[in-house]
Amino acid sequence: MYFLASLSERRRGQLAALSIAAVVIVVGVPLWWRTTETYRAWLPFSQIKDLSKLQLHLSADVEVVFARGTLTPEQQKKLPLTQTQDEEHAVDENTVLRYTHEIKYRTATIMEEEALGKPTAAEADLSLHMLSESPCGSSVVYVIPEVSSLLPENVKVYIGQRRTAILRINAEMRAGKTVEQLLAVLKPQIKQVLQVMSFSHTDITAALSDRVRFNPGSKESMTHSMRAFTSSPGYEITFSLLNPDPRSHRLHWDIEGAVQTYIQPFLTKLSPLANFSIDSQMLHYAMLGVNPRYNNDRGAFILHADSLAHVINPVEARLGSNAASSNPVLNFLLYVPDAQHSPLYIQDHKKMDVPSNAFHSPRWGGIMVYNVKNLYGPEAEFPVNININMAEVMGVFLTQLRLLVGMESSPPPPGFLVAPCGSVGLADWELDRLMWSRSVENIATATTTITSLAQLLDQIGNIVINDNIAQQVSSAVTSVQLAVAELEAGNLGFALQYSKETILASEKAFFDPSLLHLLYFPDDQKFAIYIPLFLPMCVPILLSLLKMASEARRRYREKQAKKD
Amino acid sequence: MAAHRCRYLACLLLLFLSVILVTMSQETTLGHEQHELVIRPLHSGDIYASFQFRTVWETDFMKGNKVSHYRLFPKSLGQVISKFSVRELHISFTQGYWRTMQWGQPFIPSPPGAELWVWFQDSVTDVDATWKELTNVLSGIFCASLNFIDSTNTLQPSASFKPLGIGNGTTDHRFLRYATLPREIVCTENLTPWKKLLPCGSKAGLAVLLKSEKLFHSSFHSQSVHIRPVCQDRQCKSSSWELRQALNVVFDLHTSGQSKREWSLFKMFSRTLTEACPLASSSKIYIDVTDNPQEEQFELSPATPLLSQAVVLGDRRTFSVYDLTQQVTFGTVRSLNLMIRWKSSEGDMLRPLLHAERYVTGYGLQTGEIHTLMYNNHPFRSFPVLLLDSVPWYLRLYIHTLKVISKGKDNNPSYIHYQPSKDRERPHLLEMLLQLPPHSVTEVTVQFERALLKWTEYTPDPNHGFYVGSSVISSLVPSTVAMETNITMEQPLFSSFFPCKEESSYFARVYTEPLLVNLPTPDFSMPYNVICLTCTVVAVGYGSLYNLLTRSFQVEEPNPGLAKRIANVIRRMRGVPPL
Repeated sequence: MYFLASLSERRRGQLAALSIAAVVIVVGVPLWWRTTETYRAWLPFSQIKDLSKLQLHLSADVEVVFARGTLTPEQQKKLPLTQTQDEEHAVDENTVLRYTHEIKYRTATIMEEEALGKPTAAEADLSLHMLSESPCGSSVVYVIPEVSSLLPENVKVYIGQRRTAILRINAEMRAGKTVEQLLAVLKPQIKQVLQVMSFSHTDITAALSDRVRFNPGSKESMTHSMRAFTSSPGYEITFSLLNPDPRSHRLHWDIEGAVQTYIQPFLTKLSPLANFSIDSQMLHYAMLGVNPRYNNDRGAFILHADSLAHVINPVEARLGSNAASSNPVLNFLLYVPDAQHSPLYIQDHKKMDVPSNAFHSPRWGGIMVYNVKNLYGPEAEFPVNININMAEVMGVFLTQLRLLVGMESSPPPPGFLVAPCGSVGLADWELDRLMWSRSVENIATATTTITSLAQLLDQIGNIVINDNIAQQVSSAVTSVQLAVAELEAGNLGFALQYSKETILASEKAFFDPSLLHLLYFPDDQKFAIYIPLFLPMCVPILLSLLKMASEARRRYREKQAKKD
Repeated sequence: MAAHRCRYLACLLLLFLSVILVTMSQETTLGHEQHELVIRPLHSGDIYASFQFRTVWETDFMKGNKVSHYRLFPKSLGQVISKFSVRELHISFTQGYWRTMQWGQPFIPSPPGAELWVWFQDSVTDVDATWKELTNVLSGIFCASLNFIDSTNTLQPSASFKPLGIGNGTTDHRFLRYATLPREIVCTENLTPWKKLLPCGSKAGLAVLLKSEKLFHSSFHSQSVHIRPVCQDRQCKSSSWELRQALNVVFDLHTSGQSKREWSLFKMFSRTLTEACPLASSSKIYIDVTDNPQEEQFELSPATPLLSQAVVLGDRRTFSVYDLTQQVTFGTVRSLNLMIRWKSSEGDMLRPLLHAERYVTGYGLQTGEIHTLMYNNHPFRSFPVLLLDSVPWYLRLYIHTLKVISKGKDNNPSYIHYQPSKDRERPHLLEMLLQLPPHSVTEVTVQFERALLKWTEYTPDPNHGFYVGSSVISSLVPSTVAMETNITMEQPLFSSFFPCKEESSYFARVYTEPLLVNLPTPDFSMPYNVICLTCTVVAVGYGSLYNLLTRSFQVEEPNPGLAKRIANVIRRMRGVPPL
């Protein structure tokens, strides 16, 4: 009797322990989980993973137009004709580049013949441009016979201000050949022209620098890629006139007019690329960081190229940061040396004077030294009023601006004549090249930003992901996909537009302050709060469960023993 | 006496001539830059030095055209004005409290800590967002913690802060924001960016005197920047921006002078002057010699023939003027080191016509009472004052206990603007227009209750207390002499900050002391203690319940008592059977 009661009592105790454990597991744990979890919105992880493998396909349309006298009648019959040139490069294991040029061959229309009959190449270029405007990213090559007087002697190729080039072929090249043979002969020449006018492999790989680690072999392309500013939706251009000696020189510069005449046309042309804003200031008592040495032979002060690196820092403190925006700033400084240290010349590494008396600093801006010593005699009364010749200054600054924006001015291959860039300072095909590399750069930067953000969020579970971040990330991902598709379709303008959108969205998501809120909530504090409650509650449950398990095992063994 | 007057007349004539010279030179050269230093020996024996640098930028800003080319005007401030459509901006950083009782009125008053008030142009649609962004940008420019300005310490005073520049029309206080940070500590890192705004920096002119190790070794230091639109000419057809940078400092001579009452530029700033800033069209030092017409109080060297009179703060003062643009000023040594040697050591106490003080009474950590005392020391005239009080939300004002008493009688305010606070959103705002009877003290009292904050809202050192910003008292004080009301007239900078509309009174602004109030402060380890304690209680209860439910209980043989057990042990030793 007594034994039975104790058995049923024990059974009841076990049931109670089990049910408490069940309540804890079914109600307690989910409740605790729900109330302490961090909010993490859904991110398109699979699409982001696809982005880490990037296959960029750049394609451009090229027209090759044969003028009268370049083709025999039977050759003409085969035209028009379309060929595709394909190239593929694997930059690294995750990035593949493919270039396609779709080349259309045709004969010239009567109007074009007329245009090509102009006396000079520049005029022909202009009237060809008037006839038809080729879309952004495409180019047209006109093939003219040897007898044409359009190009001077020993010039094989003329590259115009727009998207046209004029190519001269020799008589022996075309004599007695089929069209296919002729085209095969022409092909390397056209390829060379396209290297200059359209995207080139070196440019595109330089633009990928954010994504692909450089092989240190190509130092030249490295310096080039380090010089230009990285892609940004906007830039602030600041012109500063440094006057270290206001007691001797009273400087006047017509910056408003100069900006209007020299800089604004260039920036208007660049406006599809980014927004530019311009301001200017005058800084007095602003000194350079180095003391130039006096050279007795020259009767002048000399600033060596080695010491230029130390010039900028003390000036920079005076320049002031831009209060109104967070875009990168391009600084252009005009330094008028003080009366005691004039004239001042900059010498390069070979101890030769730099003709422009200016230098630029990569991704920062340019400095020009403007000597005024010869503008007044020794008996002049101080302070001297000096008007600065803005045409000279702005010519130098415009060249520097071209370099800093990312326009390469490498010498053209032999036999090429490149038209001077004119009043705008920028040819259409140069803009195209820049747009190609900027689109690729934006896509590369955005993909690295998104993938690293996704990686970070994946690794650290404490970060809260709000809905707006998720939205930014997905819009960045869609824009990347659209930009890649537009590049493949050859729509350069749209590709750049989408790539700008993606970079904006991805940066916004990456730098959102809400990501930081719970990032540093330490684990030890969490445990310090949990332990006083969880330890005394869980230990008895666990112990009784263990005890039950061991008892069940013992009984099972006993049963086995009985069976045997 | 007659000879005396004659001398003044001659001096005035001289001054007039120099004024004409100045205006002419302004038209031919840059001419938009004026520098000035006023030195006033105070009755307490201290020295008050006030620098003012004024830059005028002739540009038509109201039409909204984008201006981006800067010459004398600093680019950083210009960008701020045009980006945020600011019409007027006044910012001041002050270390120490201006003792009106001992020192009289300052030329540009400012409360302890940081003060910022901005009038926006009426084209701004979202004023609060613009204000927030502006404070963040300004905190970057001045290296100050202005980013702590948020809606809980921002006010929209309805009457106390009117635009000081030309503004014609819109004085709708929707476009005004006012905030103070009484706790802000001003130091070198605020002075450096302030000096950078000057066209000559600290390289030439009066600004070479601004050495931080001397300036901050003083009883009072205040630096401010004021931007406002002003008239370009007498007809006021076109307007231009005026930037005034002011720096006021009071040196305590008793402690630094080793009991000798002697003072010089070199002793005060550890620098002497050698030249004026070449960009400045005028650069002058004024020394207040009103109390010293016959050199009976102190001796000034080198002496200057140039005297000037100006009506400032309702009083006609006489100044010795040193014009730094003239080579003569620097003499043969090419360096100017002004020196004052006192003859008598006693100065009589000054009685300012208006001054104020404020304190908190009460005990315990639940309620308290704020007292604001305003003194009118004029023997026979009463004048109106505008009192602006801003109290943070965590002091809950009982506005029904508001009492205004002067001379033992209730003083009914003729205008009251009260905006109650909202917890964690906005502070209390109380503005009153009061008439102060002659020769009286007016006391404003109001009771408050201290709120309990959330534990994340306490500052890192909550037992230090919480600051409540100064009250602002703006008033038109009767002046003893006629004021100059033509604001376009050429006059010294120190007398032309507040525009004057009336001849018989002058505008004065007085700030009271900021208050330091203790709030009920919990022990900050408390949350963890509470967690531990409740968890332990829950665990004990839960443990016994769990035991009751899961253990099985059996009746056990009752244990023999302790005495019996001991007895049994003894019995066993004796070999006797146990009990």
